[in-house]
Amino acid sequence: MTQLTSDYALEVIDLKKAFGGLVVTQSISLAIRPGERRLIIGPNGAGKTTLFNQISGDLRPNSGQIKLFGTDVTHFAPYTRAHFGLSRTYQIITLFSGDTLEHNVTLGLLGLRPSRWQMWRPLSFYGDLATEARRTLDAVGLLHLAEHPVSDIAYGEKRRVELAMALAQRPRVLLLDEPLAGLSNTERSQVKSLIALIPRETTVIMIEHDMDTALDLAETVTLLNYGRVIVDGDRDAVIADERTRGVYLGV
Amino acid sequence: MRWMAATLPAVLFLSLPFFAGDFYINLASQILIAAIFALSLNLLVGYGGMTSLGHASYLGVAAYISALLTSRYGFGHGPAAVISIAGTTAMAAFFGVIALRATGLGFLMITLALSQVLWGLAYRMSNVTNGDNGIAGLTRPMPFGISLDSAAAFYWFALLVATFAFLMMTTFVSSSFGSSLKGVRDQPRRMAALGFNPWMIRWITFIYAGFWGGVSGLLYVYYNKYIHPTSLSTTSSAEALLGVIAGGSGTLGGPVVGAALVLLLKNYASAYIERWNMLLGLVFLFIVLVMPTGIVPGLSRLATGLRRGPR
Repeated sequence: MTQLTSDYALEVIDLKKAFGGLVVTQSISLAIRPGERRLIIGPNGAGKTTLFNQISGDLRPNSGQIKLFGTDVTHFAPYTRAHFGLSRTYQIITLFSGDTLEHNVTLGLLGLRPSRWQMWRPLSFYGDLATEARRTLDAVGLLHLAEHPVSDIAYGEKRRVELAMALAQRPRVLLLDEPLAGLSNTERSQVKSLIALIPRETTVIMIEHDMDTALDLAETVTLLNYGRVIVDGDRDAVIADERTRGVYLGV
Repeated sequence: MRWMAATLPAVLFLSLPFFAGDFYINLASQILIAAIFALSLNLLVGYGGMTSLGHASYLGVAAYISALLTSRYGFGHGPAAVISIAGTTAMAAFFGVIALRATGLGFLMITLALSQVLWGLAYRMSNVTNGDNGIAGLTRPMPFGISLDSAAAFYWFALLVATFAFLMMTTFVSSSFGSSLKGVRDQPRRMAALGFNPWMIRWITFIYAGFWGGVSGLLYVYYNKYIHPTSLSTTSSAEALLGVIAGGSGTLGGPVVGAALVLLLKNYASAYIERWNMLLGLVFLFIVLVMPTGIVPGLSRLATGLRRGPR
C-alpha cells in the first residue's frame, strides 16, 4: 500500500488474454477514479466477465498490468487483492447454499480478519461478526431471513445476498457482474436503490445488460466489443457516440 | 435431559471394563483407535473436500518410527512418541505440498501414490523394517509408572486419548478456521475472492489430519505390540475411508460410528464367513443406497421425521 496517492482507484493497462487461439481480451486499458461509478457494456462475448476475472485475479492475463491505487497487483493472488480492498460479485450466483444467510455474510467479514485462522475458538465467539453481518443483511432488506439457509430463499433474494457479502467487506473497489440479471421489475428497482446507496468511498464498476436501469447508476461508461475498448467516457457522450449505436444496432 | 444424554454414554464407556470380558474390552480399544484415525481422515474428506486414499501413511509411519526407536535404538517410550509424532507431522507437511498441487481425483491419486511408496519401502527395506515379517516383540509404554498391559488399563488409556482427540477435532471444525475450511470446500473461488487463502487453509488441515493420524498410529502399535507393512497398505486407507463415508463424512459422530461398524464386521463376520470383505461390501452397498449421506445424518433425519409424525 505504498502509493496511496495515485489518481486512480483502478488502472488496467494494455491487458491481453487468450484461451488457446481465442483472443478474449485484445488490448484493454481503463482508468477509473476513486468513487467513480463505471458501467461496462458490450455484446455477449465482448470480454466483460473475462476482464473482471482478470481484475479479481481468477484469471492471469497473458500480458498487461492491473493497478489498484497505484500498486501493481497483476501477479497478486485473488485473496491478496481482497485485502487490498477489492470485492466482487458473480454473474452466476456463487453462495454457500447449505449455510444461513447470516453465515454467508459472516464469511465475507471473516475473510478480511485475522480471526479466520483461529483454530481454538468457535466462530460464535466473535459476536461482532454476527452483529455486523445482521446489520448488512438489514441494509439489503433480508434480516428476516438471516437464519434461513440460502437454499431456501428465492433467486432475487440470492442476488441481494451476493451484494451483501461484497458490501459487508466495505471494499474500496467493487466489481458487480450483472447484479440485475434475471430479476423481476420490482426486484430490479430494489437492487438498483441498494447500489445507489453504496457510499462514495467505494468505487463501483458494473457489468450490466439492462441499460435502462444501469445507465441511471453510471457516471461513466466503457463499451467493449471483441475484447477491445470501443468507446470510453462520460455517460451521455458514450450513449450519443455513433460507434455505440454501431455496436448495439449494427448500423 | 440433555446432560443425561451426555452422561449416560460417558458412564457406559468408562465402566465398560467392569462388565465386559477381555475380548470386548480389546475390541472397544481397537474401535477407539480406529475412531481417532477415521476422525482425522474426516477432517480431509468431510470438512475439507479432499478425498485421500493414502491416510494410512500417517498411522503406519508413526507406528514404524515408534517401533524402530524403542526396539532397535533403545529409546524410551516418551521421546519415541514425541519423535514419531513430530516426524509424522513433518511428513504430512511435505506430502501436503505435493498432494495439494491438485484437487479432486488428482489429489486422491497423489495421496495413493505417496502411500504406495511408503508401503513399498516398508516391504522392501527389510534391513530396517524387517519387511514382511514385521517388527514384533514391542512393549507398551508406562505413563506415570502405570502399566498398560491389561486390557482394561489400555482401554482407559485409549479412551482418554480418544476423548481428547475428539474434543480437539471438534473444536477445530467448529472454530472460525473450521468455517474457512468448509467454505473452501464448498466454494473455493468465492473464498479466495473474499480474502481467504484456500491453499494455506487446505495445507494446515492436511498437517493437522496427519498429526492425529500419527496419534492413532502410536496407539495402534502400542495396542498390537507389532507392526506389519499391511498397516500402510491401500486396503487400510480404503477401509477407513469407507468407514468415514458409511458413518457420514462431514459429521463428528459419523467417522466414529463408521469405524466401529468396520471393526465389528471384521471381528464378528470373519468368525463365521471366510470372505468377510464381501459382507462388508454388501453392508456398504446397503448404506449407500438407503442413506447416501451416511448412517449418522441418515438416522438423524429419520429421527426428526418420526418426531414430526406422519404427514
